Amino acid sequence: MNKPNVDQLKDLAKEIRKDVLTMLSEAGSGHTSGSLSCVEIVVALYYYKLRHDPKNIKWPERDRFILSKGHTCPTLYAVLARRGFFPCEALMTLRKRGSILQGHASLVTPGCEASTGSLGQGLSIADGMALSARLDFKDYRVYCLLGDGELDEGQVWEAAMTAAHYKVDNLCAIIDYNKQQIDGWTSDIKNLEPIKDKWLSFGWHTIEIDGHDFKQIMDALDRAEMIKGKPTMIIAHTVKGKGVSFVEKNAPGYHGTALKKADLEKALKEIEGL
Amino acid sequence: MANLKPTRDGFGEALVELGKINKDVVVLSADLTASVRANWFKDKYPERFFNFGVAEQDMISTAAGFALSGKVPFACTFGIFASGRAWDQIRLSVCYMNLNVKISGTHGGISVGPDGASHQALEEITLMRVLPNMTVIVPCDSEEARLATLASASYPGPIYLRLGREPFPIITDYKDSYRIGKALRMADGSDITIIGTGVMVQEALKAHEELKKRGISARLLNLHTVKPIDKEEIIKAAIETGAIVTAEEHTVVGGMGSAVSEVLVENCPVPMRMVGIKDRFGESGDALELMKYFGLSAEGIVKAALEVLKLKK
Repeated sequence: MNKPNVDQLKDLAKEIRKDVLTMLSEAGSGHTSGSLSCVEIVVALYYYKLRHDPKNIKWPERDRFILSKGHTCPTLYAVLARRGFFPCEALMTLRKRGSILQGHASLVTPGCEASTGSLGQGLSIADGMALSARLDFKDYRVYCLLGDGELDEGQVWEAAMTAAHYKVDNLCAIIDYNKQQIDGWTSDIKNLEPIKDKWLSFGWHTIEIDGHDFKQIMDALDRAEMIKGKPTMIIAHTVKGKGVSFVEKNAPGYHGTALKKADLEKALKEIEGL
Repeated sequence: MANLKPTRDGFGEALVELGKINKDVVVLSADLTASVRANWFKDKYPERFFNFGVAEQDMISTAAGFALSGKVPFACTFGIFASGRAWDQIRLSVCYMNLNVKISGTHGGISVGPDGASHQALEEITLMRVLPNMTVIVPCDSEEARLATLASASYPGPIYLRLGREPFPIITDYKDSYRIGKALRMADGSDITIIGTGVMVQEALKAHEELKKRGISARLLNLHTVKPIDKEEIIKAAIETGAIVTAEEHTVVGGMGSAVSEVLVENCPVPMRMVGIKDRFGESGDALELMKYFGLSAEGIVKAALEVLKLKK
């Protein structure tokens, strides 16, 4: 695949946002605002960074991506479908009985590397994969996307210590730092700041970026690959509900809610005009 | 006196054997490396040994990551922390994905002794057997533990091995007949069947002798695999002997006795008694003294057998 340029990636992001909102609306439930905040990150991974082959899903040399914030799987599903892991028609079966697209990320989906949904477990799984690569003398890399609310889970910090202790430098994690969780602003629920200092003090290399700026995301993913002897955390500042003004204004309200049909039309128009 | 060994020793010996024959075996520990006997593997294969410190949840999910990459991880810690502290990780990261993760919970049961209630795992069989895809194995002596561990490495899917720290004599002699899921008939009998698991098989063996002295012919089943349960052997025992006593060093709430009763009520209900911990926590004390105090003894089994025989039609 020729790597798309930034303009092409921006167009792709638009399509993914429309897919996400449409499939969620069709499902009648699911996690809207957190899916929108991580679109550029997931698109950049699958269209720019990951070494993978949709025609050979279990290719042993492939890079791995773990979606630890498993509730925002609609974004992953839309990207996997457009990337050719399964037909796009499947997107409209999200959350329905017998679907390959479960309500939270699951191994039943072609291309999905791990089942997640109970927060805090993905970074540990990614650690295990990265350590396996080392044992097998393979050079694949492991990427893991975490939510910011997810950082409340103690297991994340257990995994952070493990990765630093074992100097797992083939691991790159990303925080979708949209500053909001179900109950409201992270700063009101349980303050995460100083977030960069936390990861630094846990022995990680950190890179802080605008998580909606493709150039910054691509650059950060490239720089992470150069860091040796420690894992890298990309702190991606994002906007929960990004791309749809009325979702952005009430992001916690749309944390676990799909758009009604009338609102969907409005949202799709707005994205088209971006 | 027979050679006494705890089941954790058989586990530790098997890990070393596995290290040699299976390069995909990795061992994960949570700061209790010598206690869980993972140190023998660590000394021989340090590059395949990983210590997580006191972080059981991270250890279990990381084991899932290893399994997703083709490794056969054995994650080891005390039973209470393995089955309790990391239950959600076992449920989602391991069982839901049906991964090849082997979990060894040592220090199971009241025979942990002086450490008291916080460390006496009495609930693991219940907690583990409710999880789809999980296999639950409770060896009765160190040799059986060794065979179970070796078999685990090539048996697909998640496995929980419940092990103990108190030494007991070796009472099994499998040669090459050990099979996960196949109960071992250790004595034949026609009046009643005693089904034991783990170290209670040791007491069941003594109870069998005591009953024999009283003219009662007791069959003895060693149900080393609680899940998948050997329905065939249990139903046969119910039909042929008409009364059942189960014996486990574990709570009777949802434990091995409950699993046996689930088979019986649907297939062949017969009078039954469960010997085990009766819905309470343990306490500190000498291991064998505690087992006696809680009725986890040959006497306890004989008493239950005599009661249940009175109910037999």
